[in-house]
Amino acid sequence: MSQDVHVLIPNALRSQAGNLSSVSVQATSIRDALDALCTQFPELKARLFKDGQQLNRFVNVYLNDEDIRFLKHLDTEIHGGDEISIVPAIAGG
Amino acid sequence: MSYVACLRCKECGAEYPITPRTVCDHDFGPVEVAYDYAAMQGKVTRTSIEAGPRSLWRYKDLLPIEGEPKVGLHSGYTPLVKADRLARELGVRELYIKDDSTNYPTFSYKDRVVSVALTKAMEFGFDTVGCASTGNLAHSVAAHAAKAGLRTVVLVPEDLEEGKIVGSRVFGPLLVKIKGNYDDVNRLCSQIADKYPWAIVNVNLRPFYTEGAKTHGFEIAEQMGWQLPKHTVVPVAGGTILPKVWKAYRELIELGLVEDNGPRIHAAQAAGCNPVVKAIAEGEEIFQPQKPNTIAKSIAIGNPADGYYVIKVVTESGGAGESATDPEILAAIGLLARTEGIFTEPAGGTTLACAIKLIQSGRIPRDEPVCVCITGNGLKTIEVMTGQFESSPVIAPRLGEFEQMLAKLDENGASGAHARLATSKVI
Repeated sequence: MSQDVHVLIPNALRSQAGNLSSVSVQATSIRDALDALCTQFPELKARLFKDGQQLNRFVNVYLNDEDIRFLKHLDTEIHGGDEISIVPAIAGG
Repeated sequence: MSYVACLRCKECGAEYPITPRTVCDHDFGPVEVAYDYAAMQGKVTRTSIEAGPRSLWRYKDLLPIEGEPKVGLHSGYTPLVKADRLARELGVRELYIKDDSTNYPTFSYKDRVVSVALTKAMEFGFDTVGCASTGNLAHSVAAHAAKAGLRTVVLVPEDLEEGKIVGSRVFGPLLVKIKGNYDDVNRLCSQIADKYPWAIVNVNLRPFYTEGAKTHGFEIAEQMGWQLPKHTVVPVAGGTILPKVWKAYRELIELGLVEDNGPRIHAAQAAGCNPVVKAIAEGEEIFQPQKPNTIAKSIAIGNPADGYYVIKVVTESGGAGESATDPEILAAIGLLARTEGIFTEPAGGTTLACAIKLIQSGRIPRDEPVCVCITGNGLKTIEVMTGQFESSPVIAPRLGEFEQMLAKLDENGASGAHARLATSKVI
């Protein structure tokens, strides 16, 4: 069953997302949530996905505090009240 | 005047003006500073560089600042040590240590990137600076910002070594410990950078910050007498310095300041955090992130932002990747200290341990010049060496006791430097 989740949008993507810093979508998985986001803001699709399917390698997606690559990637299930963050890869040390 | 042309996306080549921008609008790829090399021809020369200050600013023409440097006037230009004793030990002909454990003012390679980032932050008009850090970057940001009179916020993982915390706190920043690893800290930092008007050096100043790392490579070339080492072994954490050492070598070749001898760049990681080395070994161009578990905390980054470019450079240059276990890291710290008098932190131990494995396996031939990049100082992480030594003798202040102690050392079969001290010729 679809659940309400928050997606946090980084600055770098806000111009393609109605200048919003977060968007609520209904979804059952991460893939679902990002698809819903891209339906609402079609310009985001090319930024987030390579060839429309795989996540762009410079885009990190987190479910609450965990990188989805440690979970089930795009197939990770989500639950009501979860928070999804989209974060560009960043340097440091 | 500056030779900076623009910011350019490393993926699609889209160009942007010089502003605090991190990624490309089109494909989210990282942007990098581009220069007008044609305009540098004949103006940026060995002579012009040699006439500059004895700091990283002697390479100012190849750095992304507009005016005069404002921060880090004494950073960089660290020693390139010809490591003959270590070379003999390892059975290689020509070995160099680029020793950033002596960098000014905070004893790590980070003083390079921060000097450039904070100068740029001041050019942009920021009054507050910050970073996500495993320790060394926080030290450098806090120290340079103190000198420049900027407000500072640094975020670090909760479990850092005490020396790494004190080494920042002393400069007076707001230091926040985050419950999580470096990758958690970095994610939060990115969201903070989106919300507050601060210069987070490794986030919104990243294109400028990373350019400072080139000076490590420029110095290696200049200090070798305007030649490139055939092999350079570089540690990989977030993946900033390795591609920038490569960029430095390519720029010097482009400007005709060094000969292109086909330099190879090798990547070193701790076995407990080696996403990039694993990808290189498996022939993958994309790494899988890891949860770090290593004593080399300063390079414990499981999701390296520039990991993709590290893999690309190592592969393109014909280099290799290697990783070192915790005991190998500790042994290499000891070896470097005993042979060359250089005390490095576990990151440096990792780099040397990996260099040794590359030499032993023949991936670095013994008759070709090698440079090992030492990026941090061991005095910041002394706790990792706890238990590495036998306890020191304790005696009363009497010559008789001293002589007895030496005799006992010999009886017990003391080895290495302490052997036969008791039979030293008495004056």
